[in-house]
Amino acid sequence: MSAAVENPNARPQARMSYLEALVQAQIEELERDERVILMGEDIAVYGGGKLVERFDASRIWSMPISETSFTGVGIGAALTGLRPIVDLSIASFMYLASDQIINQAAKLRFMTGGQVEVPVVFRCCMYYGSSIAAQHSDRPYPLFMNVPGLKIITPTSPADIKGLLKSAVRDDDPVLIFEDTKLWPLKGDVPTDPDYLVPIGKADIKRPGNDATILAIAGAMRPALEAGTRLAEEGISVEIIDPRTLKPLDTHTLLESVAKTGRVVLVENAHRMANASAEIAALIVEEAFDCLKKPIVRLSAPDLHVPFSPALEERFYPTTDDIVAAVKQLL
Amino acid sequence: MRFNDTQMREAYRRMLRIRKFEEEGTRLFKAGKIPGAFHASIGQEAAIVGACMALRDDDMMTGTHRSHGHPIGKGAELQGLMAELMGRKTGICKGLGGSMHLADNSVGIVGESAIVGGGIPLATGCALSAKVRRTSQVALAFFGDGAVNQGTFHESINMAALWRLPVIYFCENNGYAITTSVERSHAQPSIAKRADAYGLPATVVDGQDVAAVYEATCRAVQRARRGDGPTLIEAKTYRFDEHNVGLFVPHPYRPAEEVAEYKKHRDPLALFKRVLANQGVRDDELRAIEEAVSAEVAQAIRFAEASPAPDPATMFECLYSHPIGHPAMMPSGSPAESQ
Repeated sequence: MSAAVENPNARPQARMSYLEALVQAQIEELERDERVILMGEDIAVYGGGKLVERFDASRIWSMPISETSFTGVGIGAALTGLRPIVDLSIASFMYLASDQIINQAAKLRFMTGGQVEVPVVFRCCMYYGSSIAAQHSDRPYPLFMNVPGLKIITPTSPADIKGLLKSAVRDDDPVLIFEDTKLWPLKGDVPTDPDYLVPIGKADIKRPGNDATILAIAGAMRPALEAGTRLAEEGISVEIIDPRTLKPLDTHTLLESVAKTGRVVLVENAHRMANASAEIAALIVEEAFDCLKKPIVRLSAPDLHVPFSPALEERFYPTTDDIVAAVKQLL
Repeated sequence: MRFNDTQMREAYRRMLRIRKFEEEGTRLFKAGKIPGAFHASIGQEAAIVGACMALRDDDMMTGTHRSHGHPIGKGAELQGLMAELMGRKTGICKGLGGSMHLADNSVGIVGESAIVGGGIPLATGCALSAKVRRTSQVALAFFGDGAVNQGTFHESINMAALWRLPVIYFCENNGYAITTSVERSHAQPSIAKRADAYGLPATVVDGQDVAAVYEATCRAVQRARRGDGPTLIEAKTYRFDEHNVGLFVPHPYRPAEEVAEYKKHRDPLALFKRVLANQGVRDDELRAIEEAVSAEVAQAIRFAEASPAPDPATMFECLYSHPIGHPAMMPSGSPAESQ
């Protein structure tokens, strides 16, 4: 991977949505490197029509509904000179693809003693919160965090999705991108430089502060930022950290913030049991126990499947109110 | 495409390499010098070598848990393979793969999957890659009769036929998925027939006849290189040992007479030796090949035994191409740190 650069303010920028930035990142990488190909279901019609118009059929592969095997096809192509972006559509479909992701993509470099490389990117979209019921609504990144050999990113801003997706394509290891569709419409300034990269493995402080640290993952970033604004109006200064990469975690940025504030709220929309916050909380207790002024608070979805009825799903994920209350409880 | 004189001798040499490598490996396994599980390819040498000899050095391949024969058939050197079986630093996979994963990428193998059917989509992806990169390479997937009941087989051959990918699906049908026979697990026992449903051609070939396997595979390779798409080859073969050496079998699942019959009349090496004699290859020539192969295997064992155990740091180095915060993230007390 070439040296990553990150200073969005110093560069020409364009305002666009998270989804637009995601499409632009793919177009730029497809144009930059002929080894990059795109594979996924229905991508000739959805998944950015702009891509299909621009590139010939050898670059854009519309796959049959065979998630297990087309995932393996992407890995096989990655083993032999291509750099595929495999669009797994809805993250819950990853369970079908997981044998190939875990037993092949994550393990092949290791099991061959480093003889092969697996430069493949998996796009996994998390579509919860819109009454599509439990089989389409999962946020399965915690399961994959337990797999050595993978890199896992969860960008939350338009600039980050562009810079991180491009870093993922240029990386020689398998990278899972968990896109939170709650973030797709979000607008932001995005550097137009086609070599703008955000490094994998580096967290970002989305809002600096001193009284408490809120670490929010993926779609939980929106209520976290709203909570930050509301708390500021009441004179409470929170630091909001976006890990951006869940594997490997940027422990340095996190622990520095904990050392400063001594109060921690962890927010995410995955189920509570053994989720990303569980690992992060354990890490803080192991590494920064002495800095903690109060016990860590974890906010997440309960250990229940996502319900269909809007009346039930509405209260399923942590809200701005929940985050504000959690911070106040710590002060 | 028939074997020429040189290829004929080379086919015999490679079959014999597998046989002697496996015989010595079995002995070392029983002596406790090879850890884990040992799945020998004895009995299946003709299917493996006939298929591999139809490929170019730069053609790509995936294999199975019965992985020793595939790299040898494709022309790999023996010492790294034997060192891998013994879990040594000089092993082809640096001691991280072992018996079920003897992948040698220098001869085009991208992986030997011990998840049954796991390599089939990978080979399909290798073929898709060759097509996108506009090379004339082909990919070959080895798998057993058990794997054709996995979804990956059906999904992959559908995609390959749909896009006319340059791939050969090579089934080493030895009749038994561990102890379950084809008759007991395949509603329709012809594996070749399954190709009909997906619109690709299939061939059934005598897997104990190396020349026949070679010819069938050459036809499939030619078709693939022409851009006409995939072929399914069902090679009828037989494994002489149990699923793995020393496997406890409380109830017989195949008749003892069947095993004896194959060993006596259907041994691929004995059969090919007779062909070679009929073709005028002299006894002393065959003996010279046999001695050379024995010496190669003995040398590989000496090399492996003289090699050190792997350095635990290897594990961390082999995980990622671009480690980020790794191995700095290792928990305290992990093996690499205690070194």
